[in-house]
Amino acid sequence: MLTPVLSDNWDQIRSWQLASYQRSGGYDALRTALRMQPADVVSAVKDSGLRGRGGAGFPTGMKWSFIPQDNPKPKYLVVNADESEPGTCKDIPLMLASPHTLVEGVIIASYAIRASVAFIYVRGEVLHVVRRLQQAVAEAKEAGFIGTDILGTGYDLDVIVHAGAGAYICGEETALLDSLEGRRGQPRLRPPFPAVAGLYGSPTVINNVESIASVPAIIKNGADWFSSMGTEKSKGMTLYSLSGHVTRPGQYEAPMGITLRQLIDLAGGVREGHELKFWTPGGSSTPLLTAEHLDIPLDYEGVGAAGSMLGTKALQIFDETTCVVRSVLRWTEFYKHESCGKCTPCREGTWWLVQILERLEHGKGSKDDLETLLDLCENITGRAFCALADGATAPITSSIQHFKDEYLAHFENGGCPFDPMASTVFATAGASA
Amino acid sequence: MAENHATATDVPVPYSTGDSKITDTTIAEMRELAARYPVGRSALLPMLHLVQSVEGRVTPEGIETCAEILGLTGAEVSAVATFYTMYKRRPVGDYHVGVCTNTLCAVMGGDVIFDRLKQHLDVGNDETTEDGKITLEHLECNAACDYAPVMMVNWEFFDDMTPESATQLVDDLRDGNEVKSPRGATICTWKEAERVLAGFPDGRADEGPTGGKATLAGLRLARERNWTAPSPNGGGSPAPLDGGPGPRPEDQPGRESQAVHTDDSRKED
Ligand SMILES: Cc1cc2nc3c(=O)[nH]c(=O)nc-3n(C[C@H](O)[C@H](O)[C@H](O)COP(=O)(O)O)c2cc1C
Ligand code: SF4
Ligand code: FES
Repeated sequence: MLTPVLSDNWDQIRSWQLASYQRSGGYDALRTALRMQPADVVSAVKDSGLRGRGGAGFPTGMKWSFIPQDNPKPKYLVVNADESEPGTCKDIPLMLASPHTLVEGVIIASYAIRASVAFIYVRGEVLHVVRRLQQAVAEAKEAGFIGTDILGTGYDLDVIVHAGAGAYICGEETALLDSLEGRRGQPRLRPPFPAVAGLYGSPTVINNVESIASVPAIIKNGADWFSSMGTEKSKGMTLYSLSGHVTRPGQYEAPMGITLRQLIDLAGGVREGHELKFWTPGGSSTPLLTAEHLDIPLDYEGVGAAGSMLGTKALQIFDETTCVVRSVLRWTEFYKHESCGKCTPCREGTWWLVQILERLEHGKGSKDDLETLLDLCENITGRAFCALADGATAPITSSIQHFKDEYLAHFENGGCPFDPMASTVFATAGASA
Repeated sequence: MAENHATATDVPVPYSTGDSKITDTTIAEMRELAARYPVGRSALLPMLHLVQSVEGRVTPEGIETCAEILGLTGAEVSAVATFYTMYKRRPVGDYHVGVCTNTLCAVMGGDVIFDRLKQHLDVGNDETTEDGKITLEHLECNAACDYAPVMMVNWEFFDDMTPESATQLVDDLRDGNEVKSPRGATICTWKEAERVLAGFPDGRADEGPTGGKATLAGLRLARERNWTAPSPNGGGSPAPLDGGPGPRPEDQPGRESQAVHTDDSRKED
């Protein structure tokens, strides 16, 4: 049922250190990869069926193959370790427990695309993760896995750990590139795509932490091994993150396509005495689902067919004590705050959305407001410069679809009908506020 | 931080108005940061973290120094500094205390905790206590939702908080008691943390555990029930896993073909 691969060494003593990682077979894959032709490494990753774990699910090997090797400019690998999508909490624990899994993946991926400098862009608000990454890179340098003439192959690579400074939009890959160039993190117009003109205008691959961390296991165990797990079009194992009203929240590494019913069961069920009300399959930017969707396979196709997206597999679980209007308002405030301001539908639109949702949550709205909300969302979705704005409308439209009555109850009631204490973890523990 | 013994009065510092603590050492470290990147300007974010580690905030002198080193105008650096929430124009206390109030944490108790701390410390959002010790701020999701409600002190995790544990935490910080993050190191000052973020390690990476209870929840269960990933067939190097019978592909949920949905609106490349 569970298939620990990425998380397999997390219970080893000092799993973040090189010695521990190597005892678990770490850096064997690097030796294997360096004996292969770079193009064969790309093929292996292609054949494995690995798809990007940062949300969009783009095939990783294919992305690597887009790097024009006849382009004389330097090539770069950039790891997206900005993990800030609300609900998403997989890359941070991975880097904390086993930074070398990522570092080994970085070296292999860089070799495959023939990059001589790689960057790990990690959000700044995670000090201890930054420490462990810095140390892992230093250890790998010391061991000769990073630097010049790596393991006598003539291949040179430098890896730079770069801490961001607090901006959700920097997780968007082109905004991340601008940020890494020392600018405001605002998305770029595409084309050109980063594979052609990315960092410093050079061919660049940008991948999520989990995507890159999956590479050593693929090289070591083979593409067939990886694709023996998962579903037809969504291969391999992956980290599902359960949070919220479940008995044992946390990281559950399973084959693609497991269902939420199975995962909640593994996590000891929904909080005792309560029942599932709504959930996000992959962070707040993926449309909300309900108990009706407990049995859909959590892979790209399954969640897509249910009208949402697999996203980052951030399963935020909310029980019946949670007010959906309050939840959606809070997410919308987040998007308003994080809008980079570059384009009007998002900058102005998110502002309007918050105004109306506030009114509704306080019981001062009307039926017309619901129409206006939907209208606004329709005008924002697909009309903004980047996917942040689409994400902003997802919780709104999906919550109105599933919980219209609850919106109505707010203004029929003249306010929120929920007790905000009832949803807290200390409500049952008997602590008072 | 032995390198900052020199003070602004005994070392000539460009652009100093007198109270800036930027020294020649700082400037040398900024140049070192710029030299780490293929293009120097990439070091701007780290350099601004370094400014905060020295000045306790982003000062006009800090901005001018970054600009000078990178060949930019002060306005260009300012435009960057104001874009990112971690850069502070007002002095930050010794301890930056954050409470996640994004939806999941808010619902799980973050809102109650944040209100309680505002009362307890008698400050509003993004304000510092009178003794200069604590700056309180509400945060967006800090990638620790499986430990909700979450707080951060100087960007170290504090998991599964309650109003009581939150007030105890800030009291301990104010009283100067040693405080450890359950998934990190002993809490240093905010300025020391900023120095690490700038790219100067402090040697504390080995403190703390591999992860907390939630991080290990799935792995523990897998161990208990003897679940492993399939073992790789054929030669090559041995599997990193002990060879228990892994799930076979046909046992896996959703193995049957799905409605195919390849139209991916967020296709990136
Ligand atoms: C607003 C926004 C925020 C994003 N944040 C992240 C993030 O924090 N981490 C991440 O890996 N991808 C994030 N993405 C997706 C990236 O743009 C990109 O698709 C991804 O890093 C590609 O890596 P992958 O192919 O390995 O998934 C974000 C996208 C958007 C639109
Ligand atoms: S959609 Fe929002 S975040 Fe994206 S570019 Fe436009 S304003 Fe910026
Ligand atoms: S919502 Fe608080 S850490 Fe994610």
